[in-house]
Amino acid sequence: MKQKFDIIKSTCIPVDIDNCNTDLIIPARYLASTTRDPKFFGDAFMHDLRFDAEGRPVEDFVMNRPEFREAPHEGVHEIIVGGQNWGSGSSREHAAWAIAGYGVRVVISSSFADIHRNNLLNCFVLPVVVSRDFQQELFATIARNPQAEVEVNVPEQTVTNVSTGRSERFELNGYKKYCLMNAYDDIDFLLSSKDKIEAWEAAR
Amino acid sequence: MKTLFDKIWDSHVVQQVEDGPTQLYIDRLYCHEVTTPQAFDTLRDKGVGVFRPERVFAMPDHNTPSDQQDEIHDPVGRKQVETLAANCKEFGIKHFAMGTQDNGIIHVVGPEKGLSLPGMTIVCGDSHTSTHGAVGALAMGIGTSEVAQVMASQCILQAKPKSMRINVEGILQPGVTAKDIALYIMAQMTTSGATGYVVEYAGSTIRNLSMEGRLTLSNLSIEMGSRAGIIAPDETTFAYLKSREYAPEGEAWEQAVAYWKTLHTDEGAVFDKEVTYRAEDIAPRITYGTNPGAGIAINGTVPTLDSVPEAEQAGFLAQLKYMQFEPGQKLEGTPVDYVFLGACTNGRIEDFRAFAEVVKGRKKADGVTAWLVPGSWMVRKQIVDEGLDQVLEEAGFELRLPSCSSCLAMNPDKVPAGRLSISTSNRNFVGRQGPGARTILASPLTVAAAAITGVITDPRTL
Repeated sequence: MKQKFDIIKSTCIPVDIDNCNTDLIIPARYLASTTRDPKFFGDAFMHDLRFDAEGRPVEDFVMNRPEFREAPHEGVHEIIVGGQNWGSGSSREHAAWAIAGYGVRVVISSSFADIHRNNLLNCFVLPVVVSRDFQQELFATIARNPQAEVEVNVPEQTVTNVSTGRSERFELNGYKKYCLMNAYDDIDFLLSSKDKIEAWEAAR
Repeated sequence: MKTLFDKIWDSHVVQQVEDGPTQLYIDRLYCHEVTTPQAFDTLRDKGVGVFRPERVFAMPDHNTPSDQQDEIHDPVGRKQVETLAANCKEFGIKHFAMGTQDNGIIHVVGPEKGLSLPGMTIVCGDSHTSTHGAVGALAMGIGTSEVAQVMASQCILQAKPKSMRINVEGILQPGVTAKDIALYIMAQMTTSGATGYVVEYAGSTIRNLSMEGRLTLSNLSIEMGSRAGIIAPDETTFAYLKSREYAPEGEAWEQAVAYWKTLHTDEGAVFDKEVTYRAEDIAPRITYGTNPGAGIAINGTVPTLDSVPEAEQAGFLAQLKYMQFEPGQKLEGTPVDYVFLGACTNGRIEDFRAFAEVVKGRKKADGVTAWLVPGSWMVRKQIVDEGLDQVLEEAGFELRLPSCSSCLAMNPDKVPAGRLSISTSNRNFVGRQGPGARTILASPLTVAAAAITGVITDPRTL
């Protein structure tokens, strides 16, 4: 699941749902799991919007349309463009596992719920915050041309709508940038700081 | 001049990562069975144990059935609960097993056992961890990877959120509860109004809430995007905590209270955002849509389409389509199929007393399925000790066993597709209580009124 980040250029899956909560991203029944299998979670991604009660694909749901149905791989559907307040509600990291398991590496939105944003980062899925304007223009671009590409340049911290040429800088602190570009986990950092923790406890 | 949030945050900083997050020490980690299996696996991968097991408390609650607790029939849920028990044994963590007197919903058990104390930093892999903020702690929900981080190092890495104070002033009207205050605030703030903030609740109305009322209010903080909802400790807090199982005793208690008395926002401290609401404006509330902020006064009407900003109209109509309501519709008098009293929001003794008071001498409506689920075995025992179980039984209600129950359809208590439920829980998302289930959020009084009449009823009219 952990791939180093550099430059990603890919077509996108537009999920234009505002306040897309984590119950929609992954229904609670999938949380009763002890597995870490990416495929299990990828299959659960947006499940109850993608499939009806009988398990048949819901034809007019965006992810089932022919132009967006292809499974993510290099250059294809590695990016989701989401509605504002993406990932609201439950703290379930399983929602981020579903996105990562599906094969997505970047989620672009005008705003993210706090806990979900941290969960995405911990799963090596990059949340990119853009202006509402950029987001709306991107949805319009993709609606006109489903093959439209977006370039996310992590070293430069820029996101570009390749069709229109419009570009924005996104926020990413130095520490997290280092982690993403070197596949380094927060837990490794914390484990390496044990001396500091013990000293702090002693001084309490 | 510091806010209470500043004081707790600053006193837990282990180090500041350059151009990065703050490393915060965590006093208390709560674990339940849903968000920990993979965290324990991570510890095994790394070849490390739990760093400070004495600070960690675990219990299953999401998968536990509320009709019997000898066995979990669903093999997947059963495995998850067994996995928690096995992991706790392997890593030396205190575990309150299903069906035992210490068990219950984690956000009910923590405060009632005195495990959540003022000034603490508290986390759990559950967004309703905000509940514990009611005792004056900084309590936040986290994801499973962060659970592993806390297990391994008793620390997390977090960017410091902004601060918001929500004041509520005035006297609550009869029939209006802490749950109604929370639902009112959610409607004013919306589901993202407090994203990026830690909220402190203050004001005379808040000061006058009981501890259980405060726990209810703090519980819903995440529904407006705030990770934490802190209420400064005071005499109500100290009285609640004194003599609780894990609270300090004797000399340690005196010292603790002396420290806790310093845990308040300094006069003149500035918040990034501040709002004030009046208690008199708050009526019993219900939701009409599919997020906790989509609510109205019980005697009000669903908003009309032209009152909704154009950009939100499509979303508004989609919510109403799912709920089978119309713009402008009056919801009082709408028949309900299921009622639920319980969850970490309203599963405590005061909630059961309130419900019992309404139904006493009356009968459950025919055609209504009622789940009355205490938040813990301790709460259940108190319900029975007070004779409330008799009152409930005479009215045709069954007192069930402690569990998260129908809050989120992870155990047998699922609302069938299309059915309308009125619930004291905290989320009314599409499919939350079961695929296709329709949920209205309300207070224990409002839920009790509907349980008796079989329709959405203003409790003040009974």
